[in-house]
Amino acid sequence: MESVLSRYKNLIVLVVILFAQVLGLAVQVKRTSDTESSRLIRIWAVSAVTPFERAFNRVQNGTWNLWHNYFYLRGVRAENRALKQEIQQLRLEQVRESEDADQARRLQSLLGFKEQYIEKTLPAQVIGSSGSELSRSVFIDKGDKDGVRPDMAVITADGIVGKVLKTFRSTSTVLLIDDQSSGVGGILEKSRLQGIVRGTAGGEVVLERVMSDEEVKPGEQVLTSGGDRIFPKGLPVGMVTRVSPGQELFLNIRLRPAANLAKLEEVLVVTQVVDKQPEARAGSGVRAVDILAQRLPSVPDKPAEDPNNPNKVSETPEGSAKPGVAAATAPRAGAAKPSQGAPMNAQGLAETNITQGVETPRPEEAGNPGSPETAKPAANAKPALNPKTPAGAKTPGASGNTAPGSAAAGSAATGSATKPAGKPSTTATRPKATPPVSTEPPQDAPQ
Amino acid sequence: MPITYTSGEQVEVYRFSLPVTIGVPVLAVWLQSFLSLHFQFFTMFDLPLLVTIFFAMARRNPISGLVTGASIGLFQDALTHFPLGVYGIAKTIVGYGASSLGVKLDVENAGARFLVTLFFYVVHEIVYFTVARGMVNLTLHWSWSRELLSGLANAIVGVFLYFLLDRFKQRT
Repeated sequence: MESVLSRYKNLIVLVVILFAQVLGLAVQVKRTSDTESSRLIRIWAVSAVTPFERAFNRVQNGTWNLWHNYFYLRGVRAENRALKQEIQQLRLEQVRESEDADQARRLQSLLGFKEQYIEKTLPAQVIGSSGSELSRSVFIDKGDKDGVRPDMAVITADGIVGKVLKTFRSTSTVLLIDDQSSGVGGILEKSRLQGIVRGTAGGEVVLERVMSDEEVKPGEQVLTSGGDRIFPKGLPVGMVTRVSPGQELFLNIRLRPAANLAKLEEVLVVTQVVDKQPEARAGSGVRAVDILAQRLPSVPDKPAEDPNNPNKVSETPEGSAKPGVAAATAPRAGAAKPSQGAPMNAQGLAETNITQGVETPRPEEAGNPGSPETAKPAANAKPALNPKTPAGAKTPGASGNTAPGSAAAGSAATGSATKPAGKPSTTATRPKATPPVSTEPPQDAPQ
Repeated sequence: MPITYTSGEQVEVYRFSLPVTIGVPVLAVWLQSFLSLHFQFFTMFDLPLLVTIFFAMARRNPISGLVTGASIGLFQDALTHFPLGVYGIAKTIVGYGASSLGVKLDVENAGARFLVTLFFYVVHEIVYFTVARGMVNLTLHWSWSRELLSGLANAIVGVFLYFLLDRFKQRT
C-alpha cells in the first residue's frame, strides 16, 4: 500500500488538487454571491496587483500632463479660437434645445411625471483590467471608502461603460457592457423600440429582444431605457451598425458602443440618482435672439415720428429700441404678468387645456384682448430676429412673445398655425412658461 | 544535439529564490492586467501561463509544478469576475504536465521550448473552455485557427521570456 502511494504520489496530489478546485467551483457557481474564502482570495489578489497599477498610472499621467501642459503647446491658439467659435454655435443651439426641454418639463410637471436624474457622480481612473479576453472588466481607483457600491452605473461623457460589480477598500471592479454576463435596458432613439443590450463572447455588443417584424436601420442611436434600475434613462449606449435576422423571431442588432471601451481612462461613477418631478424654469436665461442680436452689427435706431408733428422726433424710447436688445432687457411682459393673460397654476405656469397631447389655449383666453403691453405693437419696430424661422412662424420665439390669452397671443398663435395675423408684436418678450403654439385656432380668435 | 534524455544522463534540476518565486508570477499577472488595458491585442497572450510552464519545466517536479500552476491560476481567476478555479484547474494540469515532460526533455533547447509552449497553450485552452462551458455555463466559441495562431504567438514570446528568466535559475 505504501509503495503504491509513493509510486503514484504525484498523480494522487494532482487528483486531490483538481478535485478541490472543481468542488470549490461548483460551490461558487451554485451560490450567487462570493463565499468568504473566495472573497478573501480576491481581496489578496486585487491588493497585490492594484497598488502597482495605481503607481504606474500616476507616473504615466504625471509625465503625460507635464509634456502636454507645459511643453507641447503647438496649435493651442488656433484650437482656442476654433473652440470659442464652437462655443458660440453651441450656445445658440443650446438655447433652441432648452426651449424644447422646458416645454417637456412643463408637460411632465403638469402630468406629475417623475424622472430619474443623476444627482452625484464620482470621477475615477481606470487602472487595470482582468487581463482575460473572456472577462471584460476593469479596475477603477475608487472603492468602498470613496462611497462606491455594487450596481452603481459607470459612464463617460460619450456614453455608458458598465456597472460596479465588486468593491474593495480603494478599488472596484467594473463589468463592461460588452461582457457576456452584462445586461442593460436599451431603447432605440427614433423607433422607441425596447430591448436588452448584451455583450457577446467575441466582445461585441448586441441589442436583443427586438422583434424581427420591426424596422431598425443602421446608424440609429440606442439609449438607456432606465428599465434595469441601474442606468438612468436617456444615456447613450451606442449606435446600430448591423441588422440581420436572428433566432426565434428576433432581430440580431449589432451596436458600436458610444464610449470607447477599448481605451478607457477616466470614468464617472454615478453615486446618486434621484427620482424627482421635473420643474419648469421660471423664465430666465438667454435667448438665441439675444445672442444673435449681440453678435450682429448694431443698426442705428430709426426715431419714431410724432403724429402731431411729422418733423419732430418722439423722445420716448419705446418702440425704437432694437428688438433683440429690448427683448433681453425689458421685462417679459407676456410671461411675467399672468393676471393679464392666462391664469397660472401652482408652479406659475400658464394654465392650458391639454387635449391628446396638444395644448390649446382656452377660447375665452385666446379671444381676450389681453394686456395693453402685448396688444400695443410698436409701429416701426423691427420684427424679432429668429435664426431659424421668420416672425410669426411656428416657433416658441414667435408665439412666445406673448402670453396666451392676450390679443397678441391669439393673433400670433393663430398666425403661426395658419397665417400671419397682422404685424407681430415686438415689445413683449418670450415667456419661458408659455405653452407651445396651438395647432387649431380658437373660434373667437381675431383673424 | 539530442533533446531527450537517456537513462544515463544527468537531469539538472533548478530552484529559485523566494523573491523570484513570488515576484515573477505577480509581475506576470500585473503585466497581463495592465497591458491588456492599454493594448487590446495583448489579450491573446497569456504571460501567467508562460511563467507556469517555465517554472514547471525548470523544477522538474510534478508536485511543485502543479502547485505553482494552481497558485498562479487562482491568482489570475481572482482578477476576473468568474468563479475561482477556471484558470486554476487549467494551469494545474499544465503545471503537472510541463514538469513531467521537463524530466524527459532538454528544456534548455529553444526548439523544444517552442514546441512545449505551443502544445501546452492548446492544452490549457481546451481545459479552460471545457471547464468554462461545462461548469460555469459560459458561451464560448472554439476556433482552431485562432487558438493555433495565439499558441504560436505565445510560443515565440515564451522562447524569449524563458531565456530572460534563465538568469534567475539556481543550481541545486
